[in-house]
Amino acid sequence: MNRFIWPLVIFVAVSVLLWKGLALNPREIPSALIDKPAPKFSLATLHQPDIEVTRDSLSGRVWVLNVWASWCVACLHEHPIISQLAGEVYLVGLNYKDGREDALNWLGRNGNPYDTSGFDQLGDVGIDYGVYGVPETFVIDQNGNIRYKHIGPVTQSDLDEKLKPIIAALQATAKTG
Amino acid sequence: MEKRYTTEISAKMILIVSVVLMCTLINVAYSKVEIVQFENADQQTLYKRLINELRCLVCQNQNLADSNADLAIDLRKKVRVLINDGKTYDDVVEFMVSRYGEFVMYRPPFNRSTIFLWLSPAVLLISVFSIVVWRKRSSSRTSTSNSAEFDRERHEKVRALLQAHDD
Repeated sequence: MNRFIWPLVIFVAVSVLLWKGLALNPREIPSALIDKPAPKFSLATLHQPDIEVTRDSLSGRVWVLNVWASWCVACLHEHPIISQLAGEVYLVGLNYKDGREDALNWLGRNGNPYDTSGFDQLGDVGIDYGVYGVPETFVIDQNGNIRYKHIGPVTQSDLDEKLKPIIAALQATAKTG
Repeated sequence: MEKRYTTEISAKMILIVSVVLMCTLINVAYSKVEIVQFENADQQTLYKRLINELRCLVCQNQNLADSNADLAIDLRKKVRVLINDGKTYDDVVEFMVSRYGEFVMYRPPFNRSTIFLWLSPAVLLISVFSIVVWRKRSSSRTSTSNSAEFDRERHEKVRALLQAHDD
């Protein structure tokens, strides 16, 4: 009896480990930036190249940074969902490694939910924010700290179950604080 | 006979031609990677070391040196700029880790979250080795004691038989 117990125990242990491993998503890299100050940037806005949008001009309120590009197919899927945030929170678009005209046409076709959009043609701000898979969405609190990061397209359930509650909680503390 | 000779030749020719073709393919693959020049050899070595040790976040099983993904090209450029600014190995790694997390390093650091990763092979090896040694020892001990017992039993039996015969 005893000689069968140990192989069985090892088999079960390895099975449990492998089964758990299957449930992990290797694409989801824990962000190094959570609960850290949002990196500084100052970019020309997409619509008016002579006007800048900076991190510091956004502080004092809860804001959402949505990284997108006109060449990004998943961004198009995400667009109607992200658009639901318009009016609920200050929504900043980061147009990542794109052409200005392409980006403006894309917004013209699909609607512009953003309160303002930064034009990050070289992707430098993207690197500072650790962007590696567009679209990405960051929630930043009123003190300028990144509180949540979503990698890949936001689905309706991501929006309802994660983003909206987090934003609402941060806005509530921003008001009382 | 002559026919055989010609087929041999053509087989060799095919081999040579395919080797030559393979070489041209290799050239094409290499020509895609941008040429990077530094002021001194130390910076060149540092650059090579860094792009070999940093991971491309998009194609997770490639390093920056191997990947032609857009992000890898941008990050190689960033590494080059940082080195030209006089940054050290630790500075560049810190720059990447603060943005992309420790995952960006192909060689994971030794800390609390990676202690299992680093120590488990040694722990596994030592435990398997000690189990094998322990089992071997205990089984040989039982077998020797068994045979001694057996010998004594046989001895008794033989003695009894001899005695019976004598009587």
